[in-house]
Amino acid sequence: MSAITTHKVRDVTVRMRRGGSGDPLLFLHGANGLPAWLPVFDLLSQHFEVLVPEHPGFGGSDNPPWMRNIGDLAMYYLDFIEAFHYPVHLVGQSLGGWAAAELAVRNCTRLKSLSLLAPAGIRIKGLLPGDNFIWGPEESVRNLYHDQSIADRLLAMPVSDEDADLALTSRYAATKFGWEPRWFNPSLERWLHRIKVRTTIVWGKNDQLFPVEYAKRWGDGIPGSRVEIVPDCGHVPAVEKPDVTAKAIIRQYAETR
Amino acid sequence: MQFTFFHLMPYRPLDMVERHKHRAAWVVLPNSLYDPKKGADEYQSYIDQLVYAEKLGFDVIAVNEHHQTAYGLMPAPNLIAANLIARTEKVKIAIVGRALPLVNNPVNIAEEFAMLDNLSKGRIITGFVRGIGNEYHATGINPYWSHERFQEAHDLIVQAWAKPGPFAFEGEHFNNRYVNLWPRPYQTPHPPIWIPSMGSSETIKWAADPSRKYPFLVTFSGRELVARYLNLYREQAKQFGYECAADQLGWASPVYVADTDERAKEEARAGIESLFNDFLAVPFQMLLPPGYTSLPSMKSTMRMRKQLGAQKRHSLEELMESGTVVVGSPKTVRDELSALRDKTGANKLVTMLQFGVLPDDLAKRNSELFASEVMPHLR
Repeated sequence: MSAITTHKVRDVTVRMRRGGSGDPLLFLHGANGLPAWLPVFDLLSQHFEVLVPEHPGFGGSDNPPWMRNIGDLAMYYLDFIEAFHYPVHLVGQSLGGWAAAELAVRNCTRLKSLSLLAPAGIRIKGLLPGDNFIWGPEESVRNLYHDQSIADRLLAMPVSDEDADLALTSRYAATKFGWEPRWFNPSLERWLHRIKVRTTIVWGKNDQLFPVEYAKRWGDGIPGSRVEIVPDCGHVPAVEKPDVTAKAIIRQYAETR
Repeated sequence: MQFTFFHLMPYRPLDMVERHKHRAAWVVLPNSLYDPKKGADEYQSYIDQLVYAEKLGFDVIAVNEHHQTAYGLMPAPNLIAANLIARTEKVKIAIVGRALPLVNNPVNIAEEFAMLDNLSKGRIITGFVRGIGNEYHATGINPYWSHERFQEAHDLIVQAWAKPGPFAFEGEHFNNRYVNLWPRPYQTPHPPIWIPSMGSSETIKWAADPSRKYPFLVTFSGRELVARYLNLYREQAKQFGYECAADQLGWASPVYVADTDERAKEEARAGIESLFNDFLAVPFQMLLPPGYTSLPSMKSTMRMRKQLGAQKRHSLEELMESGTVVVGSPKTVRDELSALRDKTGANKLVTMLQFGVLPDDLAKRNSELFASEVMPHLR
């Protein structure tokens, strides 16, 4: 069960879904925004209070004019977590994983653990990501999932004008952060050793956006991190393999206790 | 009316079967499909056509910029303009336009235009555009900042032309410690600036601003849209407290003239249909990348698209029906163009008399017939 609330940090109000109880877990969504409470959140909310904000500029959240790049987004979330009384378990998917890593290299003192689900943010020369800005609408959905029945289901769902508008808003915001350089910050990889908190990297073996080879590079960059490759899974393990994803996050949580 | 002979310089020898194995004739179309020997001949033909337009009595000859595409072979239109300067006497030469957001130092654009203005002794007309959405895929520039970069680059270029240097420019996207053009432009305070546009309301308002009053050209749109956008500009000028001059308004259109309506249609068909269906047609996500248009106008565009459904090929008849192209006997073309001129009060007509795969001989005859049978009646 979840509730939709708003959450204000300094001058920015964002829309946020929250559910469950326990230690706070902050989930940072990917480039498509997050219009729904996912089954993986139900699994996580048995252990955590799960907080799922929509990033500034996405969906129903404010879009402050000063929010211009991924560093601004990371600094915003540092403000965000400092407003909580307890350190948080931070989870980020794709673009959200990038923001989470940018946050963590700046300051991990308010983090209990970090889980990166196919994060954007670094670049391996010669391993080009898929071009999700040139993909057509159907292609974009199909290329995100290994199990095409998930894509079929998503594509068959009717989309209201309101939902289409929110999706478009999110797409604009994602473009701002990720178009150029395409989905990475040239400086980030150099500072991954600054992440001094227990970290798990989860990657779908069949990811068509960021090839699975990226997982090892992240693992090598973050000291003591664990890499978990999920078979038969595309770019969004939290949607395609919610059990495996929740299990990886919960196992790490248990180790921090 | 002021008449402009505009060229896109399409790559006519394109293998259309191969073309349609790819998303578009832009960005992803393998350049192994470009044959340099044929391409070099294309340049020669097209430059000859532009030069000949001066002899035919056109006021302006014009080129523009597109990247990584068979649609237009001018990634650097100023190179063509330099060539045209050397081969013409009096005609104005318009570069409509350069795509300002796509460069990382707009001073380069200011410098090149200033050079052309000096080389031509003041025959240059400049155009400022944002480029088609495809161009953001081709260059990697983030479309989210397209409007911001355009306005900032514009400010920088106009200041570079008109403000005594050296001075510093301090922007969000562009920062130049020293702006100090050598040469300065030949014309004072600077060459004319035209704004070709598909008609976004933001652009109309910006161009009509009393500090700018830039001539606004609606490009490749049906007659209803041309009239609507030009009237919007006129209304906007009124709101700014002035009456807009006829020279501030214009539109651009492919035109084909032959002895009879039937012959004109027959001769123009392949060229027109290839222009819209083979060269120009691109998937939506390439044409309008996120941020290229404002979020509110994109939302309404998406709703319109949802209602329209899948795109199909445009036929010549359909394009004539909407007035996107003007094809017919001299009388038909005269009537069509003068009707739109009278409806809008626009004084600038930008004609494209070679389009798509239209061959040299037909392009030449079309240009001659337009110049002798249409132009004098509309002057």
